[in-house]
Amino acid sequence: MTKPLVATGHFTGCFGCHMSLLDIDERILDLVQLVEFDKSPINDIKTFNRPVDIGIIEGGVSNSENVEFLREFRKYCKILVAIGSCALTGGVPAMRNTVPLKECLQEAYLDGPTIVNGVIPNDPELPILLDRVYPCHEVVKIDYFLPGCPPSGDTLFNAIVALLKGDALALPYELVKYD
Amino acid sequence: MSKDAVTFTIDGVEVKAKPDQTIMEAADAAGIYIPRLCYHKDLLPGGHCRVCTVRVNGRPANACTFPVNSGIVVENDTEELKALRRDIIEMLFVEGNHYCPSCEASGKCELQAMAYRLELLTPQMPYAWPKRELDATHPDVYLDRDRCILCGRCVRASVQLDGKRVFGFENRGAQKRIAVDSATGMGDTDLSAKDRAASICPTGCLTIKRQGYLTPVGKRPYDKVPIGSDIEKKQAAG
Amino acid sequence: MAEDMRSLVNQTVERFGKDRHRLMDIARALHARLGYLSEETIGHTAQALGIHRVEVRDMVSFYSFFSRKKQGKTVIHLCNAVVERMKGADAVGRAFERELGIHFGETTPDDAITLHHTACIGLSDQAPSALINGIPFTNLKPEDVPGIVKAIREGEDMLNMPQAEVDSNVRRPGEVIFAPMERGAAIRKAINMTPESVINEINKGRLRGRGGAGFPTAMKWDFCRKAKGNAHYLVCNADEGEPGTFKDRAILQECPDLVFEGMTVAGYAIGAREGIMYLRGEYEYLLPSLERVLAKRRHLGLLGENICGCEGFSFNIRIQMGAGAYVCGEESALLESAEGKRGAPRDRPPFPVQKGYKGEPTSVNNVETLCCAARILDRGGEWFASMGSRDSTGTKLLSVSGDCEHPGVYELPYGITVKKLIDMVGASDAQAVQVGGPSGRCLAPKDFGRSISFEDVPTGGSVIIIGPERDLLECVRQFTEFFVEESCGWCVPCRSGTTILLKTLEKVMEGRGSRSDLANLEKLGKTVKTMSRCGLGQTAANPILTTINGFPDLYEARIKHEEYTPAFDFKKALEVGCEAAGRNLELEGIHV
Ligand SMILES: Cc1cc2nc3c(=O)[nH]c(=O)nc-3n(C[C@H](O)[C@H](O)[C@H](O)COP(=O)(O)O)c2cc1C
Ligand code: SF4
Ligand code: SF4
Ligand code: SF4
Ligand code: SF4
Ligand code: FES
Ligand code: FES
Repeated sequence: MTKPLVATGHFTGCFGCHMSLLDIDERILDLVQLVEFDKSPINDIKTFNRPVDIGIIEGGVSNSENVEFLREFRKYCKILVAIGSCALTGGVPAMRNTVPLKECLQEAYLDGPTIVNGVIPNDPELPILLDRVYPCHEVVKIDYFLPGCPPSGDTLFNAIVALLKGDALALPYELVKYD
Repeated sequence: MSKDAVTFTIDGVEVKAKPDQTIMEAADAAGIYIPRLCYHKDLLPGGHCRVCTVRVNGRPANACTFPVNSGIVVENDTEELKALRRDIIEMLFVEGNHYCPSCEASGKCELQAMAYRLELLTPQMPYAWPKRELDATHPDVYLDRDRCILCGRCVRASVQLDGKRVFGFENRGAQKRIAVDSATGMGDTDLSAKDRAASICPTGCLTIKRQGYLTPVGKRPYDKVPIGSDIEKKQAAG
Repeated sequence: MAEDMRSLVNQTVERFGKDRHRLMDIARALHARLGYLSEETIGHTAQALGIHRVEVRDMVSFYSFFSRKKQGKTVIHLCNAVVERMKGADAVGRAFERELGIHFGETTPDDAITLHHTACIGLSDQAPSALINGIPFTNLKPEDVPGIVKAIREGEDMLNMPQAEVDSNVRRPGEVIFAPMERGAAIRKAINMTPESVINEINKGRLRGRGGAGFPTAMKWDFCRKAKGNAHYLVCNADEGEPGTFKDRAILQECPDLVFEGMTVAGYAIGAREGIMYLRGEYEYLLPSLERVLAKRRHLGLLGENICGCEGFSFNIRIQMGAGAYVCGEESALLESAEGKRGAPRDRPPFPVQKGYKGEPTSVNNVETLCCAARILDRGGEWFASMGSRDSTGTKLLSVSGDCEHPGVYELPYGITVKKLIDMVGASDAQAVQVGGPSGRCLAPKDFGRSISFEDVPTGGSVIIIGPERDLLECVRQFTEFFVEESCGWCVPCRSGTTILLKTLEKVMEGRGSRSDLANLEKLGKTVKTMSRCGLGQTAANPILTTINGFPDLYEARIKHEEYTPAFDFKKALEVGCEAAGRNLELEGIHV
């Protein structure tokens, strides 16, 4: 029997959610027994070349590249799970959302007190910034949400196992937290 | 219970109450929790949040102001009301700017706790990202309007408990904000950190300075038990 | 300068007896003198009244006619409600912007003229319309604008302008409202009866409130009369803010005596010594003539002490002006406003008949209801009940506007079908008829056989005809926007829910919506309806809900037939980023 494929992705976040995934300690060995990891920063596979059963994504959507990759994920993943505050709400990076982007850039690259001869970065290699940081569900359809900053290792482990077994995702009270 | 007691039911459970009580007061006394945000037992009700909406003989009514009456049939813990209340919590999240991971109220915030209790995994309504002013002019108290849910508790507490009038509202509709009694900032009001108004905020909007993050994660009020458990415990005990 | 201001404030506050309850009048007077209410004025006012600055600001910041920023000497409020825009208000607006060189919300650099949009000002039958320093201008055309601006700039008397005219526009008078009556006839009948039998006569007429809810008037008066209090009050609700309603305006223009007669009869019935007419700020131009009528009635002994020689029956009327807030038509918000506070509705119970103005038993009645009451006294309850339909006796004033040949006010017996009405007003080809204003319902042709009555399709008076060429969803959008702007903000479902409804609707209208957005509109609409504190929120989703129901195809045609669509437009969201970094999506071949 082939093992279900899991991919993980990282957008505008701090990588903490991925760290939390590793935080399931020795259970990671159980997980590796259960699944095969496809595209993931954990194993450095960068592109999709086959459909994946479960996609797990961290981070909000703040630029053109995030949009592009998130859409890739949606295209290749049967089930897409958003994890962590950043993916669910924009999170801490979304603090910029109440300031117009132009002002943010101006302050960061032109007018800030420590800046001499500033320019707004314009290398064509760089992704283009969105006017705001968006939660993932505003860009593609998300099937499951796991809140937390990061969600605890327990939350992630329980959820992934439930999804693999096709069980209903019922998390106990202590595991649903926004922080 | 005096002889002029009123009897009615909440979700089929018979409840006895004094005739001048509200549904909320009677339910609390009976150990039945009706979700609420703007209500506070030491204050007159404000009727802002509508989270306490129940059905009285089938019609929606807010429990915090609605008087008890003999024979009324109250629905509280139903799937329909839970979904409606969850919508309201979701609205509150998207109309303000809530960054729970970095908020000192996280874990004791009643808005967040209500989201947990009503099983809201994440808000999905469109966010407003409003521009709201932070007021840090007071030496001992912050007013971070991003987190304000306009429950009016501070407004009422200042008048009803502190005998002052530090807070009020300003503007209407989505532009409505909490305002302070000075032309400059909260620092120029007669607010003291000891005032009840300074510590009655259900969220992290009004907070006492230099007291954030004192309780470790795991030990905060709503880390392990849902909001309302204290009231429900009374029923289990009684 | 500062001292001048202080003494002006002090004088004004004195003029209103240093009474905190009169804060609305004080603020209105100061605003009229100063053009705006600065934080300094607010501070002085609070001091003079012995209250807190935050209380004054709380109230002042609520009303759309109070500005806290400096404004021009002349303030133009152009109505941009749905009907106006059907009649070309956008072009008139652009003409004003061009002529003044400013946008809406701005003041000319010489501080002469400020330009604002406003919700319905009760002139929908003579659209496009505007208030210029309170003076109504009607049937505006873009060509009129240069002349009007010139006259303002040259300091001419605006009353002399040809467009400064309001036609009462009564197209069809009936026997109840627009029929002659001798001054005092109803009062004289009343004082020869006991208050109880006056109420009984109203009950025989089976009169129901014309303000919207249709509560039996006799019952309301009876509750109020029997409620214990230090004083009883009678309030006439002349706030008439429902877009497309202007029938109370026509009454106040044509037969103000009948209203005051009704108020006096009501005062006698409930045992009130004081009556308050709450007149919407937009109708300030009617104030002088109304005050004249009141003076005349005092002179004739129809108001004041021992009215018509009836020993011990004293009743006086004062007019309380509003300042631009639709929600103040809601009776408990009206009472808050009349007490000099923000117009936030109260939770009920207690009802106004138990605890109303200043906490005392108060009956709030619509202008038209009070006219009906006076007529019932004059001609008898039985006569009144012989008109109309089963549960709706008498006649109803309908304010008809929009895409029809003969807009105006019609007094018709209850029970008339929508079909008959639209034929009468010259709108047989209507695509839809919005009955009861935005808070009412949108009827599709299949419903035109229904009747206007409490038992079928009730209305406070607004009938807006939407012609075959109109984009109905655009009307729905503008109605929803109206609720967003008029929500008082007290409670969450209305304050926040209306904005979310509008955003979701706009997504659908821009062709970016999916089936789940339609489902969200319905679900959220139900939440706003069920959970809101007052009638405003409880009806704010009606434009959306009644058209999803009556015109599902219009929505279907706008959505993408997919389960999910993104929340925002990527291209737009990348515009600022591109511009700031000097990048170009197309040149770089970035596809979004
Ligand atoms: C948002 C809102 C606006 C209202 N506006 C008016 C109004 O302009 N005029 C009016 O008479 N009633 C209005 N009403 C209804 C009043 O609350 C009240 O029912 C009415 O004045 C009672 O008078 P009646 O019994 O004569 O109808 C409004 C209600 C709501 C909820
Ligand atoms: S949710 Fe928290 S842990 Fe996860 S990426 Fe965002 S900031 Fe990091
Ligand atoms: S106030 Fe409550 S809901 Fe808002 S950010 Fe803080 S913890 Fe979260
Ligand atoms: S500051 Fe706090 S207590 Fe005051 S209205 Fe806002 S949320 Fe409520
Ligand atoms: S429903 Fe709207 S208008 Fe009514 S109290 Fe609530 S916020 Fe105010
Ligand atoms: S608790 Fe009742 S309305 Fe907020
Ligand atoms: S006056 Fe403009 S729509 Fe009524």
